[in-house]
Amino acid sequence: MSATTSADPGAQEMVAAAQAAAVRPRRFGAWYIAEHQLKQMRSYGWTVVMTGIGSPLLYMLGIGLGLAAFLEVPVASGPDGPVDYLWFVAPALLATAAVSVTTEEFTYTVMGGFRWRRIFWGMNASPATPNQICAGLVIAVTLRMVFVSVAYYGLIVAFGAVGDPLTGALMVPVGVLAGLAFGLPLLAFSASLKEDKGQFAMVQRFVFTPLFLFSGTFYPIDTLPVGLQWIGWVSPIWHASELGRLASYGPGPDAWAWGAHVAVLVVLAVVGWFLGRRVFTGRLRG
Amino acid sequence: MIAARALTKRFGEFTAVDGIDFEVPPGESFGLLGPNGAGKSTTMRMIGAVSQRTAGDLRVVGLDPDTHGPEIRSQLGVVPQEDNLDTELKVRDNLVVYGRYFGIPRAVCARRADELLEFAQLEDKAKARVDDLSGGMKRRLTIARALINEPRILMLDEPTTGLDPQARHVLWDRLFRLKERGTTLVLTTHYMDEAEQLCDRLIVVDHGRIMAEGSPASLIREYSTREVVELRFGTDRNASAAEQVAHLAERHEVLPDRVLLYTDDGETVLERVAALGLHPTTSLVRRSSLEDVFLRLTGRSLVE
Repeated sequence: MSATTSADPGAQEMVAAAQAAAVRPRRFGAWYIAEHQLKQMRSYGWTVVMTGIGSPLLYMLGIGLGLAAFLEVPVASGPDGPVDYLWFVAPALLATAAVSVTTEEFTYTVMGGFRWRRIFWGMNASPATPNQICAGLVIAVTLRMVFVSVAYYGLIVAFGAVGDPLTGALMVPVGVLAGLAFGLPLLAFSASLKEDKGQFAMVQRFVFTPLFLFSGTFYPIDTLPVGLQWIGWVSPIWHASELGRLASYGPGPDAWAWGAHVAVLVVLAVVGWFLGRRVFTGRLRG
Repeated sequence: MIAARALTKRFGEFTAVDGIDFEVPPGESFGLLGPNGAGKSTTMRMIGAVSQRTAGDLRVVGLDPDTHGPEIRSQLGVVPQEDNLDTELKVRDNLVVYGRYFGIPRAVCARRADELLEFAQLEDKAKARVDDLSGGMKRRLTIARALINEPRILMLDEPTTGLDPQARHVLWDRLFRLKERGTTLVLTTHYMDEAEQLCDRLIVVDHGRIMAEGSPASLIREYSTREVVELRFGTDRNASAAEQVAHLAERHEVLPDRVLLYTDDGETVLERVAALGLHPTTSLVRRSSLEDVFLRLTGRSLVE
């Protein structure tokens, strides 16, 4: 890096010190930002734990002991025939839980960072780059999704809601991937907003909730009218649910190839990631 | 420490900073003085390596902000106009977390945080919530946070705006101590008394251009007189009274609420005003300030 042409030893020392001081932030900046975000999550730690463990427990009890008991006709099948209703629902519930983390963290937390508490501007004045600030938030939220997914999977195993508990563990990374596929485009959208005029509540009600209900969560997608099935095809929750079912009890009769599901999720996540970085940079370096 | 040549920033058609030149040597306390919208904050953002210049040249700690942003920012402490402390963290945690952005080990951050809380007179608030601090305390915490990386340059954007007089004086005292320790200070302000208190040298900026440059005393010497007589005749009568007294001073200004007479001997001018049979409702003789310099240079008052 040719930095200065000054022959002044004082100036050279100053440049050398600056270059040395920036080595770690250039390399680990995103992790330092993530550290801050995680510390901040502790201030609403109870919400994190309760939504991470409490709400899966309620779902598993409600569906396992309640709804499943009423269903006499098998809803879904694996390679060896009909499967437990709870086996069918569990992967979808786990993916939904991971996605729901992002409806909170990639909306209100982003608006908080830019506008309400303005902490992104504080980070921006440090050696951290906008890309690192964006990445740091994504790392922290990913870790929260890992926590939620692992907790959920623990309950799934405890309730016997998985065909093969070993391969079924893939539901955890799949759930996190679904969270990123849904969350990163949402992150880019949130970062582009100057203020929240109810858009986040709209996302919750008119994007997340319909995706949750029409993504083959509680019944196979092909039981829906054809006009509604497309919601599933574009929904990260459906793709992740299908992947989770493959991992739990194997492919049903009309299953897509696993690679197709992964591809959709990865494309959504990657596009969202690049858009998010771009919006962060545009806003912080305008 | 900082060198700007023909530094320019445009936002579309609007030119916020219009080709300014200045240099700040190490250890100097340098001020950018001007009204709101003069281009001060934009200049600060360019120095802070968070906004790219449109044209001209800029070097901060010997480096180009366009290519060495993280290197430059590692050497800066930034106190923004609006506090951006993390209100969900405790006071001390705000310092530690911020230090980590610079790659400083946790133990070092913790030690420095304690020292800085003492410097900012906030030791007993270490475990308090940020929201429970007063405005002045928040500002001091923001300054403490900006010092966590032991910066070569401390940049302060309108550091005392919105603070009560007592809080301002406490803050000035802390900044003065930093100046004594040799920290280079760069600050923007539209408060004259602040610039006079804190700046060794300053540039007066208006419409993105430098109107004048020098120490507060030299600017006052060059662009104003030693003393100023302020006369208030009432809003309706100020303009007509000004015509009658104008010849008594080297220069005069008519503001909506008062008439200013520039002279080296205020008391004598005041006596002559009385001798003319004019009786202002209030009168005052004071020393010239940077406010007068600004009025002379731009024809406008700084705080409007």
